[in-house]
Amino acid sequence: MRCLLLLVALAWAQPLLADSNLPPAYWSDRQLPDPKQEAQAEALMEQLRCLVCQGQSIADSDAELAGDMRDLVRRRIAAGEKPAAIRAWLIQRYGTWISYKPTAEPAAWPLWLAPLALLLIGGWLIRRRIRVRRG
Amino acid sequence: MSRATRFAPLALLLLIIVALIWRLATPSDTNVHSTLEGKAVPAFALSAILPNKPPLSSADLTNGQPHLVNVFASWCVPCTTEVKVLQTLKDSGVSVEGIAIRDRPADLAQFLASNGDPYDRIGSDPQSQVQISLGSSGVPESFIVDGKGVIRYQHIGPIERSDIGLILSKLEQAR
Repeated sequence: MRCLLLLVALAWAQPLLADSNLPPAYWSDRQLPDPKQEAQAEALMEQLRCLVCQGQSIADSDAELAGDMRDLVRRRIAAGEKPAAIRAWLIQRYGTWISYKPTAEPAAWPLWLAPLALLLIGGWLIRRRIRVRRG
Repeated sequence: MSRATRFAPLALLLLIIVALIWRLATPSDTNVHSTLEGKAVPAFALSAILPNKPPLSSADLTNGQPHLVNVFASWCVPCTTEVKVLQTLKDSGVSVEGIAIRDRPADLAQFLASNGDPYDRIGSDPQSQVQISLGSSGVPESFIVDGKGVIRYQHIGPIERSDIGLILSKLEQAR
């Protein structure tokens, strides 16, 4: 009985992270009139990580904060700011976490070196196989 | 094939299992921390949201006193209990400032009327722009800003009763 009551109570529970009652920001789901600027904004938005749905880009996310970030990106691009400057501005606040574009810092070295290492291992395996066949 | 290489895959499997168990037992921190700790509060000037409440700008935070800047919203469920803890902090002499995210005046007035109002000032951030410029990723979050306007500490999530000691000591360090 107690279990049942709890289940019923759960059905009425409010989600912890509710959304606000304000409409989405103006530029969050609206393309810029200049196609070149919109393309720049789009490319950048796909490389920025959503703070709420971590693992999605702000271009993909439906979170309100992602919408507000798209608004920020489009507004700044429309004002003539370079995408690299906007990315740098965000990295200054959230660290490299916010950007999907890999950096050259030591933590990312394995990422850059892995293809090379795999290629070398592959080459070595092939060489061994060929030798075995000949023998 | 030597004995050692024959058992290598098994050893690798065990290693992977141990790594997985370790990560399950100690989950990684999924909070995104602001990298502005130790740096000055970015300049901002928010407008007022309620007629009887002065607005908040970054200049208000450089008056020589430490401030607790609370990023909150009336639609944020954990904020309803946090605001009572903020009242306790306010009662012990802390100056509490609010940044209301994506809020409507009527909703906020209702929120303050039913949960209490510890805020000296409240600035309205209808499109989260100041929240983003602070490196904050949700509500509620709080920033301790020293008298010169430098961010000293970021608290992610609601300030609970058990955090009061921590907050007071961070405020003391910011003095």
